[in-house]
Amino acid sequence: MFPANFGYVAARSVEDALQLMTQHGEDGKLLAGGHSLIPAMKLRLQSPQTLIDLGTVPGLRGVSLDGNSLVIGALTVHADVASSDLVRKHVPGLADAAAVIGDLQVRNRGTIGGSVAHADPAADLPVILTALDASFVAQSPTGKRTISVDDFFTDFYTTALKANEILTEIRVPIPAAGTGTAYAKLPHPASGYVVVSAAALIVRRASGTCIASRIAIGGLGSGPIRAIATELELQGKPLTTQMIAGAAAKAAEETDPMEDSYASADYKRHVATIYARRAIEAAVARAKN
Amino acid sequence: MAAEAQYAALPVSITVNGVKHDALVEPRTLLVYFLREQLNLTGTHVGCDTSQCGACTVHLNGRAVKSCTVLAVQANDAEVKTIEGLADGDNFHPVQEGFREKHGLQCGYCTPGMIMTAVHLLETNPNPSDDEIKHALEGNLCRCTGYVNIVESIRWAAGKMKG
Repeated sequence: MFPANFGYVAARSVEDALQLMTQHGEDGKLLAGGHSLIPAMKLRLQSPQTLIDLGTVPGLRGVSLDGNSLVIGALTVHADVASSDLVRKHVPGLADAAAVIGDLQVRNRGTIGGSVAHADPAADLPVILTALDASFVAQSPTGKRTISVDDFFTDFYTTALKANEILTEIRVPIPAAGTGTAYAKLPHPASGYVVVSAAALIVRRASGTCIASRIAIGGLGSGPIRAIATELELQGKPLTTQMIAGAAAKAAEETDPMEDSYASADYKRHVATIYARRAIEAAVARAKN
Repeated sequence: MAAEAQYAALPVSITVNGVKHDALVEPRTLLVYFLREQLNLTGTHVGCDTSQCGACTVHLNGRAVKSCTVLAVQANDAEVKTIEGLADGDNFHPVQEGFREKHGLQCGYCTPGMIMTAVHLLETNPNPSDDEIKHALEGNLCRCTGYVNIVESIRWAAGKMKG
Protein backbone atom coordinates (compact mmCIF):
# COMPACT_ATOMS: atom_id res chain seq x y z
CA MET A 1 0.00 0.00 0.00
CA PHE A 2 1.42 3.36 -1.01
CA PRO A 3 0.32 6.89 -0.37
CA ALA A 4 -0.48 8.99 -3.43
CA ASN A 5 2.56 10.83 -4.72
CA PHE A 6 3.75 13.78 -2.69
CA GLY A 7 6.75 15.99 -2.29
CA TYR A 8 8.82 16.01 0.89
CA VAL A 9 10.75 18.76 2.61
CA ALA A 10 12.74 18.31 5.81
CA ALA A 11 12.32 21.44 7.92
CA ARG A 12 15.47 22.69 9.63
CA SER A 13 13.77 24.82 12.29
CA VAL A 14 10.30 25.87 13.41
CA GLU A 15 10.78 29.15 11.51
CA ASP A 16 11.77 27.21 8.40
CA ALA A 17 8.69 24.98 8.77
CA LEU A 18 6.45 28.06 9.15
CA GLN A 19 7.93 29.53 5.99
CA LEU A 20 7.36 26.24 4.14
CA MET A 21 3.74 26.20 5.37
CA THR A 22 3.22 29.68 3.95
CA GLN A 23 4.84 28.64 0.70
CA HIS A 24 2.78 25.45 0.25
CA GLY A 25 -0.47 26.72 1.73
CA GLU A 26 -3.30 24.21 1.77
CA ASP A 27 -1.25 21.70 -0.25
CA GLY A 28 1.24 21.31 2.58
CA LYS A 29 0.87 19.12 5.64
CA LEU A 30 3.07 18.85 8.72
CA LEU A 31 4.59 15.45 9.45
CA ALA A 32 5.60 14.54 13.01
CA GLY A 33 5.94 10.83 13.86
CA GLY A 34 3.55 9.99 11.03
CA HIS A 35 1.65 7.34 12.95
CA SER A 36 -1.73 8.87 12.25
CA LEU A 37 -0.89 10.65 9.00
CA ILE A 38 0.95 7.92 7.09
CA PRO A 39 -1.80 5.29 7.63
CA ALA A 40 -4.39 7.88 6.53
CA MET A 41 -2.32 8.64 3.44
CA LYS A 42 -1.94 4.94 2.60
CA LEU A 43 -5.71 4.61 2.73
CA ARG A 44 -5.90 7.74 0.53
CA LEU A 45 -8.00 9.47 3.16
CA GLN A 46 -5.40 12.22 2.98
CA SER A 47 -3.39 13.19 -0.07
CA PRO A 48 -1.28 16.22 0.73
CA GLN A 49 0.88 17.52 -2.11
CA THR A 50 3.83 18.18 0.16
CA LEU A 51 4.87 16.87 3.55
CA ILE A 52 6.83 19.25 5.73
CA ASP A 53 8.78 17.09 8.15
CA LEU A 54 9.19 18.37 11.70
CA GLY A 55 11.18 15.26 12.64
CA THR A 56 14.32 17.01 11.43
CA VAL A 57 13.77 20.09 13.60
CA PRO A 58 16.06 20.12 16.64
CA GLY A 59 14.76 21.15 20.05
CA LEU A 60 11.21 19.83 19.85
CA ARG A 61 11.85 16.63 21.85
CA GLY A 62 12.04 15.94 25.53
CA VAL A 63 10.46 16.72 28.89
CA SER A 64 11.73 19.55 31.07
CA LEU A 65 10.73 21.71 34.02
CA ASP A 66 9.91 25.37 33.63
CA GLY A 67 8.85 26.92 36.92
CA ASN A 68 5.62 25.24 37.91
CA SER A 69 5.07 23.47 34.59
CA LEU A 70 6.27 20.41 32.83
CA VAL A 71 7.15 21.28 29.26
CA ILE A 72 6.87 18.46 26.76
CA GLY A 73 8.24 19.06 23.29
CA ALA A 74 5.68 18.33 20.58
CA LEU A 75 7.92 15.74 18.92
CA THR A 76 8.43 13.70 22.12
CA VAL A 77 7.43 10.11 21.42
CA HIS A 78 4.90 8.34 23.65
CA ALA A 79 7.51 5.88 24.96
CA ASP A 80 9.61 8.79 26.25
CA VAL A 81 6.59 10.44 27.88
CA ALA A 82 5.69 7.14 29.55
CA SER A 83 9.21 6.56 30.88
CA SER A 84 10.03 10.17 31.80
CA ASP A 85 11.01 10.47 35.47
CA LEU A 86 9.53 13.98 35.60
CA VAL A 87 6.20 12.78 34.19
CA ARG A 88 6.06 9.77 36.48
CA LYS A 89 6.86 11.85 39.53
CA HIS A 90 4.55 14.80 38.93
CA VAL A 91 1.73 13.53 36.72
CA PRO A 92 1.76 9.73 36.72
CA GLY A 93 -1.68 9.76 35.06
CA LEU A 94 0.00 11.04 31.90
CA ALA A 95 2.50 8.18 32.04
CA ASP A 96 -0.46 5.77 32.44
CA ALA A 97 -2.02 7.10 29.25
CA ALA A 98 1.17 7.28 27.19
CA ALA A 99 1.98 3.67 28.14
CA VAL A 100 -1.27 2.27 26.70
CA ILE A 101 -1.27 4.03 23.33
CA GLY A 102 -1.17 1.61 20.40
CA ASP A 103 1.67 -0.81 20.97
CA LEU A 104 5.37 -0.73 21.74
CA GLN A 105 6.42 0.08 18.17
CA VAL A 106 3.79 2.80 17.83
CA ARG A 107 4.88 4.34 21.13
CA ASN A 108 8.46 4.41 19.86
CA ARG A 109 7.48 6.55 16.91
CA GLY A 110 4.18 8.35 17.57
CA THR A 111 4.49 11.81 19.10
CA ILE A 112 2.46 13.70 21.71
CA GLY A 113 2.14 16.74 19.45
CA GLY A 114 1.12 14.69 16.44
CA SER A 115 -1.49 12.84 18.47
CA VAL A 116 -3.15 15.91 19.94
CA ALA A 117 -3.01 17.88 16.68
CA HIS A 118 -4.67 14.93 14.93
CA ALA A 119 -7.39 14.97 17.64
CA ASP A 120 -8.75 11.49 17.06
CA PRO A 121 -11.91 11.14 19.18
CA ALA A 122 -10.64 7.70 20.29
CA ALA A 123 -7.17 8.89 21.33
CA ASP A 124 -5.80 8.63 24.86
CA LEU A 125 -3.80 11.81 25.35
CA PRO A 126 -6.58 14.38 24.87
CA VAL A 127 -8.44 12.81 27.79
CA ILE A 128 -5.64 12.86 30.33
CA LEU A 129 -4.40 16.27 29.16
CA THR A 130 -7.90 17.63 29.79
CA ALA A 131 -7.88 16.32 33.36
CA LEU A 132 -4.39 17.78 33.85
CA ASP A 133 -5.50 21.23 32.60
CA ALA A 134 -2.68 21.24 30.05
CA SER A 135 -2.07 24.03 27.59
CA PHE A 136 -0.67 24.06 24.10
CA VAL A 137 1.90 26.47 22.71
CA ALA A 138 1.36 27.34 19.06
CA GLN A 139 3.90 29.25 17.03
CA SER A 140 2.96 31.26 13.95
CA PRO A 141 4.94 33.67 11.78
CA THR A 142 3.78 36.50 14.04
CA GLY A 143 4.54 34.94 17.41
CA LYS A 144 3.41 32.44 20.00
CA ARG A 145 0.13 31.90 21.78
CA THR A 146 -0.99 29.49 24.43
CA ILE A 147 -4.26 27.59 24.07
CA SER A 148 -6.01 26.07 27.08
CA VAL A 149 -6.97 22.40 26.74
CA ASP A 150 -10.61 23.31 27.30
CA ASP A 151 -10.49 25.39 24.10
CA PHE A 152 -8.16 23.16 22.09
CA PHE A 153 -10.25 20.18 20.96
CA THR A 154 -13.07 21.73 18.96
CA ASP A 155 -14.56 18.82 16.99
CA PHE A 156 -13.79 15.40 15.48
CA TYR A 157 -10.19 15.58 14.22
CA THR A 158 -10.29 19.35 14.67
CA THR A 159 -8.37 21.63 17.00
CA ALA A 160 -8.07 25.34 17.63
CA LEU A 161 -4.72 25.38 15.79
CA LYS A 162 -4.80 27.73 12.81
CA ALA A 163 -3.48 26.86 9.39
CA ASN A 164 -0.36 28.97 9.93
CA GLU A 165 0.44 27.62 13.39
CA ILE A 166 2.74 24.85 14.57
CA LEU A 167 2.21 23.17 17.93
CA THR A 168 5.63 23.29 19.56
CA GLU A 169 5.07 22.28 23.16
CA ILE A 170 2.55 20.95 25.62
CA ARG A 171 2.63 22.49 29.08
CA VAL A 172 1.29 20.60 32.08
CA PRO A 173 0.93 22.43 35.40
CA ILE A 174 2.66 20.59 38.22
CA PRO A 175 -0.07 19.75 40.71
CA ALA A 176 0.15 20.88 44.31
CA ALA A 177 0.88 18.46 47.15
CA GLY A 178 -2.09 16.25 47.88
CA THR A 179 -2.89 15.77 44.21
CA GLY A 180 -3.24 12.43 42.47
CA THR A 181 -3.69 11.77 38.75
CA ALA A 182 -4.69 8.61 36.90
CA TYR A 183 -6.02 7.28 33.61
CA ALA A 184 -8.17 4.21 33.01
CA LYS A 185 -9.10 2.88 29.60
CA LEU A 186 -11.33 0.31 28.00
CA PRO A 187 -9.53 -0.41 24.74
CA HIS A 188 -11.19 -1.84 21.67
CA PRO A 189 -9.96 -5.44 21.69
CA ALA A 190 -8.77 -5.35 18.07
CA SER A 191 -7.59 -1.82 17.43
CA GLY A 192 -6.52 -0.83 20.93
CA TYR A 193 -8.21 2.54 20.45
CA VAL A 194 -10.38 3.97 23.21
CA VAL A 195 -13.91 2.64 23.48
CA VAL A 196 -14.30 4.66 26.65
CA SER A 197 -11.63 6.09 28.93
CA ALA A 198 -11.48 8.31 31.98
CA ALA A 199 -8.85 10.57 33.47
CA ALA A 200 -8.89 12.07 36.93
CA LEU A 201 -7.01 14.74 38.80
CA ILE A 202 -7.96 14.88 42.47
CA VAL A 203 -6.69 17.39 45.01
CA ARG A 204 -7.19 16.01 48.49
CA ARG A 205 -6.84 17.64 51.86
CA ALA A 206 -4.92 15.68 54.51
CA SER A 207 -8.27 15.09 56.21
CA GLY A 208 -9.40 13.15 53.12
CA THR A 209 -11.73 15.80 51.70
CA CYS A 210 -11.71 16.59 48.00
CA ILE A 211 -10.65 20.22 47.47
CA ALA A 212 -10.76 20.22 43.69
CA SER A 213 -10.91 17.83 40.79
CA ARG A 214 -10.88 17.62 37.02
CA ILE A 215 -12.46 14.54 35.50
CA ALA A 216 -12.41 13.91 31.74
CA ILE A 217 -14.07 11.17 29.73
CA GLY A 218 -13.05 9.95 26.29
CA GLY A 219 -15.09 8.02 23.76
CA LEU A 220 -18.40 9.74 24.40
CA GLY A 221 -18.09 12.69 22.05
CA SER A 222 -16.03 14.37 19.35
CA GLY A 223 -13.24 14.86 21.88
CA PRO A 224 -12.66 14.67 25.62
CA ILE A 225 -15.61 15.72 27.76
CA ARG A 226 -15.32 17.23 31.22
CA ALA A 227 -17.52 15.33 33.69
CA ILE A 228 -18.62 18.51 35.42
CA ALA A 229 -21.43 16.82 37.36
CA THR A 230 -18.91 14.38 38.83
CA GLU A 231 -16.51 17.19 39.72
CA LEU A 232 -19.28 19.13 41.48
CA GLU A 233 -20.39 16.05 43.36
CA LEU A 234 -16.86 15.46 44.70
CA GLN A 235 -16.25 19.06 45.69
CA GLY A 236 -15.77 19.39 49.45
CA LYS A 237 -16.78 15.79 50.14
CA PRO A 238 -14.85 13.05 51.92
CA LEU A 239 -13.30 10.74 49.31
CA THR A 240 -14.88 7.54 50.52
CA THR A 241 -15.52 4.57 48.26
CA GLN A 242 -19.23 5.28 48.39
CA MET A 243 -18.85 9.00 47.65
CA ILE A 244 -16.56 8.24 44.69
CA ALA A 245 -18.98 5.68 43.28
CA GLY A 246 -21.86 8.14 43.59
CA ALA A 247 -19.94 10.90 41.85
CA ALA A 248 -18.64 8.58 39.11
CA ALA A 249 -22.21 7.49 38.39
CA LYS A 250 -22.77 10.99 37.00
CA ALA A 251 -19.78 10.85 34.63
CA ALA A 252 -21.81 10.31 31.47
CA GLU A 253 -24.63 12.74 32.24
CA GLU A 254 -25.82 14.81 29.30
CA THR A 255 -23.70 12.89 26.81
CA ASP A 256 -24.88 11.42 23.53
CA PRO A 257 -22.21 8.95 22.40
CA MET A 258 -22.09 7.65 18.86
CA GLU A 259 -22.98 3.98 18.59
CA ASP A 260 -20.91 1.55 16.61
CA SER A 261 -20.87 -2.17 15.97
CA TYR A 262 -18.87 -2.75 19.11
CA ALA A 263 -20.59 -0.55 21.65
CA SER A 264 -24.07 0.90 21.99
CA ALA A 265 -24.59 4.37 23.42
CA ASP A 266 -26.03 2.94 26.64
CA TYR A 267 -23.09 0.60 27.03
CA LYS A 268 -20.61 3.44 26.54
CA ARG A 269 -22.40 5.60 29.09
CA HIS A 270 -22.43 2.74 31.58
CA VAL A 271 -18.77 1.89 31.04
CA ALA A 272 -17.87 5.57 31.43
CA THR A 273 -19.19 5.51 34.99
CA ILE A 274 -17.11 2.42 35.79
CA TYR A 275 -13.90 3.81 34.33
CA ALA A 276 -14.49 7.19 35.95
CA ARG A 277 -14.70 5.42 39.30
CA ARG A 278 -11.51 3.47 38.63
CA ALA A 279 -9.63 6.59 37.53
CA ILE A 280 -10.79 8.58 40.57
CA GLU A 281 -9.91 5.75 42.95
CA ALA A 282 -6.47 5.39 41.41
CA ALA A 283 -5.91 9.15 41.57
CA VAL A 284 -6.98 9.27 45.23
CA ALA A 285 -4.61 6.39 46.03
CA ARG A 286 -1.77 8.43 44.56
CA ALA A 287 -2.62 11.68 46.34
CA LYS A 288 0.03 12.25 49.01
CA ASN A 289 -0.32 15.01 51.57
CA MET B 1 6.58 23.14 -10.61
CA ALA B 2 6.19 20.13 -12.90
CA ALA B 3 4.64 17.14 -11.14
CA GLU B 4 7.66 14.94 -11.96
CA ALA B 5 10.03 17.39 -10.32
CA GLN B 6 7.82 17.86 -7.30
CA TYR B 7 7.69 14.13 -6.57
CA ALA B 8 11.24 13.45 -7.67
CA ALA B 9 13.31 10.90 -5.79
CA LEU B 10 15.44 12.39 -3.04
CA PRO B 11 18.92 11.39 -1.93
CA VAL B 12 19.11 9.62 1.42
CA SER B 13 21.92 8.13 3.42
CA ILE B 14 20.72 5.27 5.61
CA THR B 15 22.98 2.93 7.56
CA VAL B 16 21.50 -0.56 7.54
CA ASN B 17 23.09 -3.28 9.66
CA GLY B 18 26.24 -1.20 9.86
CA VAL B 19 26.54 -0.56 6.12
CA LYS B 20 25.92 2.95 4.85
CA HIS B 21 23.68 3.13 1.79
CA ASP B 22 23.43 6.26 -0.32
CA ALA B 23 20.33 5.92 -2.44
CA LEU B 24 17.57 7.78 -4.18
CA VAL B 25 14.06 7.21 -2.85
CA GLU B 26 10.68 8.56 -3.86
CA PRO B 27 9.15 10.48 -0.95
CA ARG B 28 6.31 7.96 -0.76
CA THR B 29 8.60 4.93 -0.47
CA LEU B 30 8.01 3.23 2.84
CA LEU B 31 11.07 2.12 4.77
CA VAL B 32 10.04 -1.55 4.51
CA TYR B 33 9.95 -1.39 0.71
CA PHE B 34 13.27 0.44 0.63
CA LEU B 35 14.77 -2.42 2.66
CA ARG B 36 13.13 -5.21 0.69
CA GLU B 37 13.16 -3.91 -2.86
CA GLN B 38 16.09 -1.51 -3.03
CA LEU B 39 18.45 -3.29 -0.66
CA ASN B 40 17.11 -6.81 -1.22
CA LEU B 41 16.85 -7.39 2.52
CA THR B 42 13.73 -9.53 2.40
CA GLY B 43 13.96 -10.83 5.96
CA THR B 44 11.73 -7.95 7.02
CA HIS B 45 8.21 -8.93 6.04
CA VAL B 46 5.13 -7.04 4.97
CA GLY B 47 2.10 -8.45 6.72
CA CYS B 48 -0.92 -6.23 7.14
CA ASP B 49 0.71 -3.09 5.74
CA THR B 50 -1.47 -1.07 8.14
CA SER B 51 0.75 -0.89 11.26
CA GLN B 52 -1.18 -3.58 13.09
CA CYS B 53 0.72 -6.84 12.72
CA GLY B 54 4.36 -5.98 13.40
CA ALA B 55 5.86 -8.33 10.77
CA CYS B 56 7.78 -5.33 9.40
CA THR B 57 9.39 -4.42 12.75
CA VAL B 58 12.97 -3.15 12.49
CA HIS B 59 15.11 -1.01 14.77
CA LEU B 60 15.41 2.64 13.86
CA ASN B 61 18.14 4.34 15.89
CA GLY B 62 17.92 1.48 18.38
CA ARG B 63 14.14 1.36 18.79
CA ALA B 64 11.64 -1.14 17.44
CA VAL B 65 9.36 0.53 14.88
CA LYS B 66 6.96 -0.64 12.19
CA SER B 67 8.77 0.01 8.94
CA CYS B 68 5.51 0.03 6.95
CA THR B 69 4.63 3.24 8.76
CA VAL B 70 7.93 5.07 8.34
CA LEU B 71 8.90 6.82 5.14
CA ALA B 72 12.36 5.97 3.88
CA VAL B 73 13.09 9.71 3.74
CA GLN B 74 12.36 9.90 7.47
CA ALA B 75 15.20 7.43 8.03
CA ASN B 76 17.70 9.70 6.34
CA ASP B 77 20.93 9.79 8.39
CA ALA B 78 19.53 7.12 10.71
CA GLU B 79 20.74 3.66 11.72
CA VAL B 80 18.48 0.76 10.85
CA LYS B 81 18.87 -2.79 12.08
CA THR B 82 16.97 -5.65 10.47
CA ILE B 83 16.72 -9.35 11.25
CA GLU B 84 19.67 -9.88 8.88
CA GLY B 85 21.85 -7.77 11.18
CA LEU B 86 21.25 -9.74 14.38
CA ALA B 87 23.46 -12.79 14.03
CA ASP B 88 27.17 -12.50 14.61
CA GLY B 89 28.52 -14.49 11.69
CA ASP B 90 27.31 -18.05 12.20
CA ASN B 91 26.24 -17.37 15.77
CA PHE B 92 22.58 -16.60 16.21
CA HIS B 93 21.47 -13.82 18.49
CA PRO B 94 20.15 -15.35 21.75
CA VAL B 95 16.60 -14.38 20.79
CA GLN B 96 16.95 -16.18 17.44
CA GLU B 97 18.33 -19.16 19.31
CA GLY B 98 15.45 -19.00 21.77
CA PHE B 99 12.89 -19.20 18.97
CA ARG B 100 14.66 -22.30 17.63
CA GLU B 101 15.10 -23.95 21.04
CA LYS B 102 11.58 -23.29 22.28
CA HIS B 103 9.74 -23.76 19.02
CA GLY B 104 8.68 -20.11 18.86
CA LEU B 105 7.48 -20.31 15.29
CA GLN B 106 5.39 -22.36 12.99
CA CYS B 107 5.04 -20.77 9.55
CA GLY B 108 7.66 -18.16 10.40
CA TYR B 109 6.01 -15.20 8.74
CA CYS B 110 5.73 -13.08 11.88
CA THR B 111 9.05 -14.28 13.29
CA PRO B 112 11.43 -11.52 12.09
CA GLY B 113 9.13 -8.90 13.59
CA MET B 114 8.62 -10.87 16.80
CA ILE B 115 12.38 -11.23 17.19
CA MET B 116 13.14 -7.56 16.51
CA THR B 117 10.52 -6.49 19.08
CA ALA B 118 11.85 -9.03 21.59
CA VAL B 119 15.42 -7.82 21.13
CA HIS B 120 14.30 -4.25 21.78
CA LEU B 121 12.42 -5.41 24.87
CA LEU B 122 15.43 -7.25 26.30
CA GLU B 123 17.70 -4.30 25.57
CA THR B 124 15.45 -2.04 27.64
CA ASN B 125 14.27 -4.61 30.21
CA PRO B 126 16.71 -7.54 30.52
CA ASN B 127 14.55 -9.44 32.98
CA PRO B 128 10.92 -9.09 31.91
CA SER B 129 8.02 -10.89 33.55
CA ASP B 130 5.69 -12.92 31.35
CA ASP B 131 3.20 -10.06 31.54
CA GLU B 132 5.83 -7.58 30.42
CA ILE B 133 6.75 -9.84 27.51
CA LYS B 134 3.11 -10.10 26.49
CA HIS B 135 2.60 -6.35 26.80
CA ALA B 136 5.68 -5.76 24.62
CA LEU B 137 4.35 -8.14 21.97
CA GLU B 138 0.99 -6.39 21.75
CA GLY B 139 1.91 -4.99 18.35
CA ASN B 140 3.04 -8.31 16.87
CA LEU B 141 0.45 -10.73 15.61
CA CYS B 142 1.03 -14.45 15.12
CA ARG B 143 -1.73 -16.42 13.43
CA CYS B 144 -0.45 -19.93 14.12
CA THR B 145 1.47 -20.70 17.30
CA GLY B 146 -0.75 -18.92 19.78
CA TYR B 147 2.07 -17.01 21.49
CA VAL B 148 2.78 -19.48 24.31
CA ASN B 149 6.03 -20.68 22.78
CA ILE B 150 6.95 -17.18 21.64
CA VAL B 151 6.81 -15.95 25.24
CA GLU B 152 8.75 -19.05 26.27
CA SER B 153 11.39 -18.34 23.61
CA ILE B 154 11.90 -14.79 24.83
CA ARG B 155 12.11 -15.93 28.45
CA TRP B 156 14.74 -18.47 27.36
CA ALA B 157 16.68 -15.73 25.55
CA ALA B 158 16.55 -13.46 28.60
CA GLY B 159 18.08 -16.26 30.68
CA LYS B 160 20.75 -16.91 28.07
CA MET B 161 21.66 -13.23 27.82
CA LYS B 162 22.08 -13.01 31.58
CA GLY B 163 24.67 -15.75 31.18
